[in-house]
Amino acid sequence: MSDFITKISPNKPVYEDNDPQDELITLNIGPTHPATHGVFQNVVQIDGERIVSGVSTIGYIHRAFEKIAEHRPFYQITPLTDRLNYCSAPINNMGWHMTVEKLLKIEIPKRVQYMRVIVMELARIADHIICNGILGVDTGAFSGFLYVMQEREFIYEIFEEICGARLTTNIGRIGGFERDFNDIAFAKIEEFLKRFPPVLTEFMELFDRNRIFIERTSGIASVTAEEALDYSWSGPILRATGVDYDIRVQNPYCSYEEFDFDVPVGTKGDVYDRYMVRNEEMRQSMRIIEQALSKIANEPKGVFHADVPEFYLPPKEQVYTNMEALIYHFKIVMGEVETPKAEVYHAVEGANGELGFYLVHDGGRTPYRLHFRRPSFVNYQMFAPMSAGMLLSDAILNMSSLNVIAGELDA
Amino acid sequence: MEWSFVIEKFALVTIVFVVTLVIAMYSTLAERKIAGFMQDRYGPDRAGIFGLLQPFCDGGKFFFKEEIIPAGAHKTLFIMGPTIAIITACISSAVIPWGQSLTIGDRVISLQVADVNVGILYMFGVIALGVYGIMLGGWASNNKFSLMGAIRAASQSISYEIAMGLSIIALLMITGSLSLKEIVADQSGFVNWNIWSQPLGFIIFMVCAFAECNRVPFDLPECETELVGGYHTEYSSMKLGLYMFSEYINMFVSSALMASLYFGGYNFPFMNDLGLSENWITILGVLAFFIKIFAFIFFFMWVRWTLPRFRYDQLMNLGWKMLIPLAIANIVLTGIITLIKDTYFS
Repeated sequence: MSDFITKISPNKPVYEDNDPQDELITLNIGPTHPATHGVFQNVVQIDGERIVSGVSTIGYIHRAFEKIAEHRPFYQITPLTDRLNYCSAPINNMGWHMTVEKLLKIEIPKRVQYMRVIVMELARIADHIICNGILGVDTGAFSGFLYVMQEREFIYEIFEEICGARLTTNIGRIGGFERDFNDIAFAKIEEFLKRFPPVLTEFMELFDRNRIFIERTSGIASVTAEEALDYSWSGPILRATGVDYDIRVQNPYCSYEEFDFDVPVGTKGDVYDRYMVRNEEMRQSMRIIEQALSKIANEPKGVFHADVPEFYLPPKEQVYTNMEALIYHFKIVMGEVETPKAEVYHAVEGANGELGFYLVHDGGRTPYRLHFRRPSFVNYQMFAPMSAGMLLSDAILNMSSLNVIAGELDA
Repeated sequence: MEWSFVIEKFALVTIVFVVTLVIAMYSTLAERKIAGFMQDRYGPDRAGIFGLLQPFCDGGKFFFKEEIIPAGAHKTLFIMGPTIAIITACISSAVIPWGQSLTIGDRVISLQVADVNVGILYMFGVIALGVYGIMLGGWASNNKFSLMGAIRAASQSISYEIAMGLSIIALLMITGSLSLKEIVADQSGFVNWNIWSQPLGFIIFMVCAFAECNRVPFDLPECETELVGGYHTEYSSMKLGLYMFSEYINMFVSSALMASLYFGGYNFPFMNDLGLSENWITILGVLAFFIKIFAFIFFFMWVRWTLPRFRYDQLMNLGWKMLIPLAIANIVLTGIITLIKDTYFS
C-alpha cells in the first residue's frame, strides 16, 4: 500500500470527459454527493468501479474566518470557532478560550478546568457518535446510527442546560464559563454516564463482528504510521495506524495530566481500526467525565470563572447595577484593556485530531493574525492520492472514516 | 369458450392485480413502520390512524410532482425504463396459485390466473426481463451514476439468476413438475413441505431473491451513499414511483414464490383434519398463504434495517464462488439421495 503516493503523481485534475472513446470516465463525487456529508468535491477518474486518480476541490464553504477574526475582539471570535467542526463545537470553543488565556497568562481555577474537561469529552463523544454512525450508514446499515443518535441528542440536551445552545454552542467566556452548571446539568451528565454504555455496546454488537461490515472495512484504506506522519495526520485516524499521539497525554492542557485514561491505538490504520479506536475513545471519555465529576465534588462550590475582571465579561445584570462591572464591560468591549504583544500556539485534542490556534497579537483590540490548524483540512490532504487504486465504495467508506467536516475543512 | 369463464378469469385477474398493488402500497408503509419499530421511533403516523393513508399521500405526491426528463436523456428509453419495470413486476404474479379451488354452485373456480405447465420458467423469464427496465432507465438517463447503477443491476441479476435457477433444479428433481400448481399441491401436509427436503436450496434461493429484488444487503444498484440514487438518480414524479413500486411488487412476488415453492403455499398444518368444507379450507388456505408471504416480507425488511451492504466485488464473489458451487452441490446431493431412496426404500 505504501506506493500509492508515487503511483498517481502528478495528480492532474480532470474535470470532464473530452474523449468519448476514452476507457476512463470522470466522475464528480460532490460537491453535493450524499457521501461527502458536506460541501466538497472529488473529481475521480474511474475505470469501471476502480478509481484511477483523484483530485480534491475544497473551498465551497470557505467563509474567511481567519480574516474575519482579524477584525473581531477575542470574545467575538468564539462563535466563529463554533462553525469549524460543528459536530464538536465545544472543543473548539474551549481551545480558543485556552489560547487567549495562554496569551493573557490567566490562571484558571481547577473547578473550571474540570468543567471544561467534561464539556470537551461530551463533545468528543458526540462527534465520534456521528462519525461511527455515519460509517454504518455509508456501509448501508442505518439502524445503529439512530441508536447512538438518541444519545447524541441527550448530549445536546446537556449542552442546552449548560449554555442554552445545542449545535453551535458558544460555550464559555475567556476566563471560565458564563454561568455555573446547574443541578439539572449535573444530574443529566450523571444520567448520561449511566445510559450511554449499554447503547454503545448495542451499537458495537451490530457492527464489530458483523461479517459484511468486517469485509467492507477491514484492510480498506490501510495507512502505515510513516505515511500518516508524512501527511501530518493526527487524532483517531493517526492512532489507528499505531502511533499513540494524543495531545491530552503528550502535552496536557486543562489538567488532563490528572486524569487516568487509556489511549487506544490500532495496528493497520484501516477503516475498521479507525472505527474501533473511536469506539474505545468514547469509553475512555466516559471514564474521564466520571473522574472529572468526582474531582468537581471536592472543589469549592460556585467557582465558574477566574477572577480576572479585566478580561472576563461581567454578567449583564451587574453591568446595569454595578459601577465596576460597567467599567470593565466597557473596557473589554471597546478593547481598552492592556494585552501583551506576543504570539502563542495552543493545541487541543479535537475530535478529529490536533486542533491548533496560532495567535499573533500586537497588543491591539483584535488579533493581528489568527490561524486555525484544522485537523480535517490536514487529514483530508491524503484522501485523493489514497483513493487511487481503490474501489469507489471503499473510497467512500474511507472518506467517512476520515470524518471530514466541511466547516472545518474550509474554515 | 364460455363467456362465464372469461368473466371469471377477468375477475380473478382484477382481484390479483388490485391485491398486488395494495400490498405493494402498504409494503411501503410497513417498511417505514418496521424501520421505525427497529430504530426506536414511530414511523409515519400523521396521515390517518397509524399512518394508514400514508401510501395514498405518497402516491398523490408522486403524481403531482414535476416531471423532469434530463436534456441529454434518450426520451423513449427513459420512459420505457419504469414502464418495463412495473409491467414485468405486475405480470409475474400470474402463475402463482393463491389457493385451491372454490366451488360455487356447480362451478369450480381455480384460484390461479393461469396454470401454465412451465410456470417456474415463466416466472424466471419475466423476472429476467425486469432487469431491462433498470438497465434501460439507467442508461437512458445520461448520468454516470445511473449508468453505474444499471451496470451493477445487470451483472448482479445475471449472476444471481444462475444460482437461483440451479437451486430450483434440485427442487424440480424432487417434485418432477414445472407447474407451480402441482408443486404446491404436492406439499399437502406439514411434513411434505419442500423446505424439509431442500433446506440448502431454500437458503440459496432466498439469498438470490434478495439479490433479484435489489434489497439490502444487495442494494448496490441504488445504494444512495455511493451512487446518489443509482439507476433512478434522474427520475422524478411517478416514474420514480413506478420504480419504487416495482421493487415492492417484486418483493411481494418473491415472497409468494418462496412460500409456494418451499413452504407449502396455501397448505397449512392439519388442514384435512379440521372437518371443514372444501370452500372453507380454500379460504383458510389463502389466508395461510398470505400469512407466509407477510412473514417473508417482514423478513426482507428486517434484514434491510439490520445488515450493511456488500461491495460490488464481494457480491460477485458470493454469487459465483459460493452460491453457484453450493447450488450444484445441492443438485448432486439431491440426486444421490433420490437415487438411494428409490433404489432401497421404495
